[in-house]
Amino acid sequence: MGAFIIRRLLGMIPTLFLVSVLTFIILQLPPGDFMTSLQALAASSGSSADQATMDNLRRQYGLDQPIYIQYFKWIGGFFQGDFGYSFEWKRPVSELIMGRLGMTMLLSLISLIIMWIVAIPIGIYSATHQYSFGDNLLTFLGFLGLSVPDFLLGLVYMFVGIFVFGVSVTGLNSSEMEKAPWSFAKFLDTVNHLLWPAIILGVGGMAQLIRIMRSSLLEILGQQYITTARAKGLKEKVVVNKYAVRVAINPLISVMGMQLPNLVNGATVLGIVLSLPTTGPMFVRALTSQDMFLAGTFLLFLCLILMLGNLLADIALAWVDPRIRYE
Amino acid sequence: MSTSRTPLPKPVDNGTPAASIELTSKEEEERFALSQYQLMWRKFIRSRTAIIGGIFVLLLYLGALFANFIAPYLGDQRFLDYIYAPPQIVKYDPSFGLYIYETERKFNIETLATSYITNKEKKIPVKLFVKGESYQLMGIIETDIHLFGTTEKNVGVFLLGTDRQGRDMFSRIMLGSQMSLTIGLVGVFMSLIIGSILGVTSGYFGGIIDEVMQRTIEMIRSFPSIPLWMALSAALPQHWPPERVYFAITIILSFIGWTWLARQLRGKVLSIREEEYVTASHLAGASHSWIIFRHLIPAVFGHIIVVTTLAMPGMILAESALSFLNLGLRPPLISWGVLLQEAQNLETLRHYPWLLLPAAFISIAVLSFNFFGDGLRDSADPYSR
Repeated sequence: MGAFIIRRLLGMIPTLFLVSVLTFIILQLPPGDFMTSLQALAASSGSSADQATMDNLRRQYGLDQPIYIQYFKWIGGFFQGDFGYSFEWKRPVSELIMGRLGMTMLLSLISLIIMWIVAIPIGIYSATHQYSFGDNLLTFLGFLGLSVPDFLLGLVYMFVGIFVFGVSVTGLNSSEMEKAPWSFAKFLDTVNHLLWPAIILGVGGMAQLIRIMRSSLLEILGQQYITTARAKGLKEKVVVNKYAVRVAINPLISVMGMQLPNLVNGATVLGIVLSLPTTGPMFVRALTSQDMFLAGTFLLFLCLILMLGNLLADIALAWVDPRIRYE
Repeated sequence: MSTSRTPLPKPVDNGTPAASIELTSKEEEERFALSQYQLMWRKFIRSRTAIIGGIFVLLLYLGALFANFIAPYLGDQRFLDYIYAPPQIVKYDPSFGLYIYETERKFNIETLATSYITNKEKKIPVKLFVKGESYQLMGIIETDIHLFGTTEKNVGVFLLGTDRQGRDMFSRIMLGSQMSLTIGLVGVFMSLIIGSILGVTSGYFGGIIDEVMQRTIEMIRSFPSIPLWMALSAALPQHWPPERVYFAITIILSFIGWTWLARQLRGKVLSIREEEYVTASHLAGASHSWIIFRHLIPAVFGHIIVVTTLAMPGMILAESALSFLNLGLRPPLISWGVLLQEAQNLETLRHYPWLLLPAAFISIAVLSFNFFGDGLRDSADPYSR
């Protein structure tokens, strides 16, 4: 097991290196750099920034150097925890991103937990009541959940929250709690502001998990050891919950690795719609203003999160399924 | 063990009449004579949801093809007297024909909001095949006949209301479907070409080619797709003409799309490569390209179609999400995502909720593609069961 984890971790290094190169190339694609977009901004507000100042700033930030040197400077800093400097925020990138990345991870994690808690019982119900009215309804709802984009659900949620219930649903706290010191009430407020986005984020994945759980359990229930268990006279509840479900859960763990990217995607878009402090809003701003080190570091860290998440999913699968472990 | 065998349980009734049980062998025989595609078709039409999904997909694309004709107005045609007009219901009266009630605009000085009052006294006739603004049907036929509309000047029929500039939402949604549905199609088509060529060669040749291809795919796939798409579309210059943005977005969408297809096809080809007919062809002196194009591609063709259909919803959603966030298509182009940009402002949405209607169309399109693709996947392998 230990050797497997180390091998996987080492295998991530070359991929991560290639990913960083590709990230850097993509961020170099737009014509000009942050200084040109700064100049454009200055021009639109009437004032003009003179060329000398711009060139000075360029030299200061190393933007006048060849691209590959810029790249190695940026990537070299990673080993010392220095991810470059954000032009727009005038602060080191490392100070800016950690909270945002943490929030994206927290939101995805809550969402993942909710997804599992909801999907497994529903999947069991659907499989044990195959083709019943409830099963058909849940299957249809599942398809619906897969089809409605999460940014739309976010919009609808915002709309309902504000106009039907009259509560603010954007941001991490309601406006009256924003400046308040930490208290239990504020904690509840934050939980409330995170829980619903997490549910919205999980809807698509939930639908997917329900379908997988249903078909996996149906397959297991048809196997001979289940018939044996039934023939022994075990209660149906025991047969399903102790014999079948435990095995049927395996495919759910193996799709976890595939669902993580969707969660990260959703957290990005939903963060923008609901103005949550996830990576989304800051990342988009960094992209449009060509604040390249900030945008690049975000992208690289999101990749890293995905890779680690995949690794964790694989470890979890090997842990629950001895057939994989001893192969 | 007793020698007397219990009679086999009667076959469960699964929709077929009892008489057909004796015919099973004959049916079986008939089944053997069918071609692969006939078998697929038989399996496909058994799934009700897949058929409904397929019909909706077809209707959506027909709608997109004849969008100019079905839409009563042009996408940028403005009715200044009907800004933010609510959806109207077309009614039918045998003596009068189709009609709508006249609406009058009221401007509230206090809230600065516009509201409309229906005047049930005055009926405005809605005629079929009326003359309107001229357009080019399917880009070639110049005509000015629209499916329906009013004959009075400056009075319009707005099935789904109007927007901030008094443009008919129904017309804009119809015209937007052209962008939203084709951008996915073109995107998928491009991923299809890249993905099938690279996937099939990678699986067929193996070795170093396969290794390089797999590493590349792994690298692209380790990016979360939406942030990567965002980064790529942010690179599009602001001054580009709309058509070029459109093609750039399709390329961006297929930048990730092809990897999925290539992976799937590689796996398929790896298993087919070992089949005897491929070896036979090889021994008979067939060239690599002959084997790839005559044997491998046709063998995985059904699979290609399935993967393509299942990739469509993702493309449609991606386009609308990007456009919604101002990173994709931009006005004057109309797509469902672009139309939703208007719904970003909560205050507007509260007064004019019909601006959210394009979302319903996105969901319908995605839902039908999901149902359709699901049925196709089940029927792609007709020999199972």
